[in-house]
Amino acid sequence: MSRHDAGKPEQPAREAWLGEQGSRPRRRRVVLADSTKSRGKALRTIIELEEQTSVGEKLVRDLIRQQLKSAFGLAFAVLIGMCLLPVTFYLVPSIGDLKILGIPIPWLVLGLAPFPILYGVGWVFRRQAERHERDFVNMVDR
Amino acid sequence: MNATIWSLSAIVAVAAVTFLLGYVGSRKANTTPDFLVARRAIPATRNAAAISGEYLSAASFLGVAGLVLKDGVDALWYPVGFTAGYLALLLFVAAPLRRSGAYTLPDFAEARLGSSNVRHFSTFFVVCIGVLYLVPQLQSAGLTLTTITGLPAWFGGLIVTVIVVINVLGGGMRAITLVQAFQYWGKLFAIAAPTFVLFVVFLASPDRGTQPISDDGVVRFPKAESITVAEQVVKVRVDEPLTLKVNGQIDGRNADGAVFWGRGVYELSPGTTMEFAAGSPVPVVEGSPTTNYDWTRPQTGGISELIRTYSLIFATFLGTMGLPHVLVRFYTNPDGKAARRTALHVLYLLGLFYIFPTVLGVLSRLYLPQLLVNGKTDAAVLMLPETMLPNLGGQIVGAIVAAGAFAAFLSTSSGLVVSVAGVVSTDIMPGKVRDFRWATVFTGLVAIGLALLLPRSDASLTVAMSFALAASTFCPLLVLGIWWRGLTWVGAVCGLVVGGGMVITAQVVSVVSSYTGRWAPAFITQPALITVPVAFIIMIMVSKATRRRVPADVSQILLRLHAPDPLGFIRDRDIARFGTAEEKARQAEDKRRGAGRTR
Repeated sequence: MSRHDAGKPEQPAREAWLGEQGSRPRRRRVVLADSTKSRGKALRTIIELEEQTSVGEKLVRDLIRQQLKSAFGLAFAVLIGMCLLPVTFYLVPSIGDLKILGIPIPWLVLGLAPFPILYGVGWVFRRQAERHERDFVNMVDR
Repeated sequence: MNATIWSLSAIVAVAAVTFLLGYVGSRKANTTPDFLVARRAIPATRNAAAISGEYLSAASFLGVAGLVLKDGVDALWYPVGFTAGYLALLLFVAAPLRRSGAYTLPDFAEARLGSSNVRHFSTFFVVCIGVLYLVPQLQSAGLTLTTITGLPAWFGGLIVTVIVVINVLGGGMRAITLVQAFQYWGKLFAIAAPTFVLFVVFLASPDRGTQPISDDGVVRFPKAESITVAEQVVKVRVDEPLTLKVNGQIDGRNADGAVFWGRGVYELSPGTTMEFAAGSPVPVVEGSPTTNYDWTRPQTGGISELIRTYSLIFATFLGTMGLPHVLVRFYTNPDGKAARRTALHVLYLLGLFYIFPTVLGVLSRLYLPQLLVNGKTDAAVLMLPETMLPNLGGQIVGAIVAAGAFAAFLSTSSGLVVSVAGVVSTDIMPGKVRDFRWATVFTGLVAIGLALLLPRSDASLTVAMSFALAASTFCPLLVLGIWWRGLTWVGAVCGLVVGGGMVITAQVVSVVSSYTGRWAPAFITQPALITVPVAFIIMIMVSKATRRRVPADVSQILLRLHAPDPLGFIRDRDIARFGTAEEKARQAEDKRRGAGRTR
């Protein structure tokens, strides 16, 4: 085990991955026309982000907080919704006798309804998350 | 006999298509990134089909209908939870995990926490979950082949293992992507078409000796039935007195001839044969509702059933994001945005699929109540077509179902073998393509060995246990690692060990209890409700206590995980370690051409 202490042997690879110490020389294909306009403009802010200036740090923290808020809010809503069902069925057994088109309501609520709802929640999250990211890129771009 | 031939040819066709697609996929696979993450170039919709194909295992294809047959409306929590897990994955994990640039789950742990210790612990749990998931697949393959053709049970598992291992040897992740994507659509057809046909048959002749489900009394045999108890002791509960013919052992005493059973629980020894008359009540395996009244209504099992349901919700909602074979498929997306779209598309594909097993489960309650006696309800979907349609049509429908079930074993097992082999070859071995191939063979051998040694239980239940294990180990690691700066490797290791240790202990205890009279309470057979919060709390507390071990570059890493893709922060760690695919390919080509031209 001693060989693995604190991951020392992996350190160079880790730095290469993080891109701090200019990664080890490697042959790369260079294409002149690759730098599109947005990329060039954003470059300074990207460097700022990578070097962890206080501005960059604040931007990233805000982005993470926004994303987490969306994710948590939606997950919480879904989890609460799901967790309320068994206890409702348990406390109000007469729900089992109600029927729509001959099918008892619990069968519809568990067998059919969850799938479109879950997809809808996922769709909302994807939209929110992509909007946060677009806003972030626009901000960096300025 | 005819039915066997139809089914066998359908299975052979699935196997042939699997080989063919695997061959097509692996023609250009020659580097480690090819084998591990298919060069990270799988488009979102195809990857979503592949993920769904891999995820819809025996537990979904056979198990869900079987559980509906046995437990009724409460069993619907399985498909709901299996789908909801992808929502949690989409919300918390998908995009940041892809942006980490890791190529396996242990690699992510190391990248995030900067310690190879946490990597080794993660490797252990990946192998645990992988094997725990793989064994029921192979066992169900045996069951399927036995049900359709009467071949011995070990044969099915062996066939699946051989096909999967050969395919994975050829091209790793690249070989199986196309296979799994194809198998999703194959499985959807193989469950949707029979459901439509059988439902029409049911509507056309609603009461061919069957008892309507709206009848709230006990379940009755629609026709005379002879049942033999297989290799394990079975406990059945009788709610309404009946007379039957028995040959074998009941409650440890020999019995031969007509027997009267009053209300109560009876223990049937292996090899016991029972003959029931048409219309006699069905003794139901202990633990499942005996009357249609309880079966159609939710939460009739009292408070312990309620706890079990919550535990199941927890395990499936949070466990999916910790399943290594699912996560590794998300690494094959080109970027974080594509990973998110993939997860969303999976929600759609799974929702489409899970409507059908429920219908089949309800139909088999009408036509196959004899499965309730020994509880082997996994066979319901396979037996239903021929029971409802005893002619050529039924044989063809049965063959389609059999082919779908076989596709389910193949695609899930392929994904599991690739993910376990990927982890073993890169963490225990140097990670060359040759190591990956050896790891594949090794994984296949271990899995088939365990599948033959361990006793069989319901596929869905064993799978639920691996969900609990994933939810109590990798879920906290991923969620805290992605969203919380304070996580340290010490905290992560403690959480993994305690959470995983508790689930494994619970699993051992419940196996012991299943042999000695099912005394284990609900929180042991379904432990996630307790183990998941404990794992989270331990990870947080220990991390706070070891605050100085927070990696110095944590801000940089979180930036990398969350920065939008257009900013270009993704650095793929497999390329850092093994070189880019293009370089390797060019090297190989140069070597082959005698280092001739360079472009």
